[in-house]
Amino acid sequence: MEYFLQQVINGVTLGGIYGLIAIGYTMVYGIIGMINFAHGEVYMLGAFTALIAFLAATLLGGADSALGLAIALVATMGFTALWGWAIERVAYRRLRKAPRLAPLISAIGMSVVLQNFVQVTQGARVKPLPPVVHGGFTLMQAGTFKVDLSWLQIGILLLTLALMAGFTWVITKTPLGRAQRATQQDAKMAALLGIDVDRVISTTFVIGAALAGVAGLMVTLYYGVIDFYIGFLAGIKAFTAAVLGGIGSLPGAMLGGLLIGLIEALWSGYFSIEYKDIAAFSVLILVLLFRPSGLLGRPDVEKV
Amino acid sequence: MNNVKILAVVAGATLLAAVAYKTLAPADHSADNTILIGVAGPFSGQEAGFGEQFRRGALKAVDDLNAQGGVLGKPLTLALGDDACDPKQARTVAEDLASKKVAFVAGHFCSGSSIPASEVYAENNILQISPASTNPKLTERGFANVFRTCGRDDSQGKVAAQYVIAKLPGKKVAVLDDKSAYGQGLADEFAANLTAAGVVPVMRESIAAGEKDYSALVSRLKEAQADIVYLGGYKTEGGLIVRQMRDQGMTATLMGGDGLVTEEFWAITGPAGQGTLMTFSPDPRLLPRNADLVAFFRARNYEPEAYTLYTYATIQAWAQAVAKAGTLDSKAVADTLRASQFDTAIGTIGFDSKGDVAGPTYVMYVWKDGKYTYAE
Repeated sequence: MEYFLQQVINGVTLGGIYGLIAIGYTMVYGIIGMINFAHGEVYMLGAFTALIAFLAATLLGGADSALGLAIALVATMGFTALWGWAIERVAYRRLRKAPRLAPLISAIGMSVVLQNFVQVTQGARVKPLPPVVHGGFTLMQAGTFKVDLSWLQIGILLLTLALMAGFTWVITKTPLGRAQRATQQDAKMAALLGIDVDRVISTTFVIGAALAGVAGLMVTLYYGVIDFYIGFLAGIKAFTAAVLGGIGSLPGAMLGGLLIGLIEALWSGYFSIEYKDIAAFSVLILVLLFRPSGLLGRPDVEKV
Repeated sequence: MNNVKILAVVAGATLLAAVAYKTLAPADHSADNTILIGVAGPFSGQEAGFGEQFRRGALKAVDDLNAQGGVLGKPLTLALGDDACDPKQARTVAEDLASKKVAFVAGHFCSGSSIPASEVYAENNILQISPASTNPKLTERGFANVFRTCGRDDSQGKVAAQYVIAKLPGKKVAVLDDKSAYGQGLADEFAANLTAAGVVPVMRESIAAGEKDYSALVSRLKEAQADIVYLGGYKTEGGLIVRQMRDQGMTATLMGGDGLVTEEFWAITGPAGQGTLMTFSPDPRLLPRNADLVAFFRARNYEPEAYTLYTYATIQAWAQAVAKAGTLDSKAVADTLRASQFDTAIGTIGFDSKGDVAGPTYVMYVWKDGKYTYAE
């Protein structure tokens, strides 16, 4: 039981990070029906920004203060948001009316560009960050097995929940969210009714990128080691999470992320560590076989 | 308008390609008066730190040899081949070095790269001396052109197992590997030696290299109550595992092989790495004869750790063999390498019939405050 609980804690922490990245995939897909394959790289950029922010804060002597963390968080979100906006402006906007394959290829190109950009400017080596947030506490103990929960894990969970709640509120209750939903349903009609569609789409990219930036910051803090290539694997996992939860659905992205995290942790906990990715992807295939639109996704209604 | 743009892009790309071709095109060195030698290793990617050790050691060796008049009266020049520790890329790099007609190759670093590359070198009759690849298979396949100046994992795994049996009796040992040729081979040797001595590992698992999250693995180690976690693998995974063990309140000792011998390991772990054990050959930096050499690197703000001096010694041994054989012909040089003793930065070394170095054994090191020293 204690062991199970520990693995659940591991899985939920990992799943929260996947979920935050998955939101970016799902929001963009929901609005313009395209898979933004460069999204994983935005997360990687977030991780690098966070690393640089923390190293700067360490030099100034305030990396482990609440203020230092808050500044790093804001800087990372701001910087990745800017990247998200720029990527959409440069690589996707002009292709919006093009066949669906064109923006997809543009996205893959963008991903390669960003990866190589970071490799060339920051170097190919892994970048370590000394632990910034220390400590935690023992949740419960059975025999010699202690269930440990670190402050960082609690922080990741709380921040993830807060961001999730915040953005669900934005989507469902604010004028911006209404405009987003309208654009999602029918972009042309929304434009006719006076919604600045370009702006709504830009905002969507900015929000998704900022969330990916937060995920990048969490990973930098939690694992302490990043490199220019981390966006690829995390991007694939988060994309899987988005599809599993039902692409286009915000709660679905979060649910999918948590599920992937839990499956990975529990499979490595009870079966083979080597085959955890196979387990995660098998579940995806099973879900898609029986529910092609994902767990919380709505099936596409064929408009006649 | 758009056509003009496309034209400009195409023109630009052509220009770039032309420049790239000019700098990358193989230059034929057989005609002029220099001898081209190759150094192959991971100059990019996760293991780039080890590649840097290779590069630094090789550059210094070439400079020193050239200052003494070169080899056979000709100066040496260096060709770098970046394999990123990827077996496929290693083959490409080997083909590339072969097409440049290098006289010999010091490399590669990862066993998973050295083994496929050695086939290319054998086909092209090029001498290969690896300063770092420890998997036994490298020299077990009967290639006459393959040598190494480092030890082998069967002796490395044995030394580690003996240390556990003698110094850490009654501890529970978990054995992990990263599925690489080096990691898996080493972990297997270690586990086999332990089991033979009656200590059965409480866990034997493979991990996926390149992952960042090992928290599930750590919980499992905690459940198995492992006191010693042996990893056949490299410093990034080792560093992440030890860091995540401490995060989950585990105090077990990490133990590894020469894949952890770099200060980058400590950069990843921080204080969590305290007490980590690893096997490596005796440290050539401590030899009195290398005082000037070590001072040279330190004056340039580089710590000549681990394989830096091994690469230096590899090129020294080759140069001495060439001088003795009086020719660059790889067969003659290989025969000389097997027959003679060479005075190098890692001591006086010779090679056996397989191409393994007769000499350095393994010793146990312990990480303490960012440095590693001999363990008691």
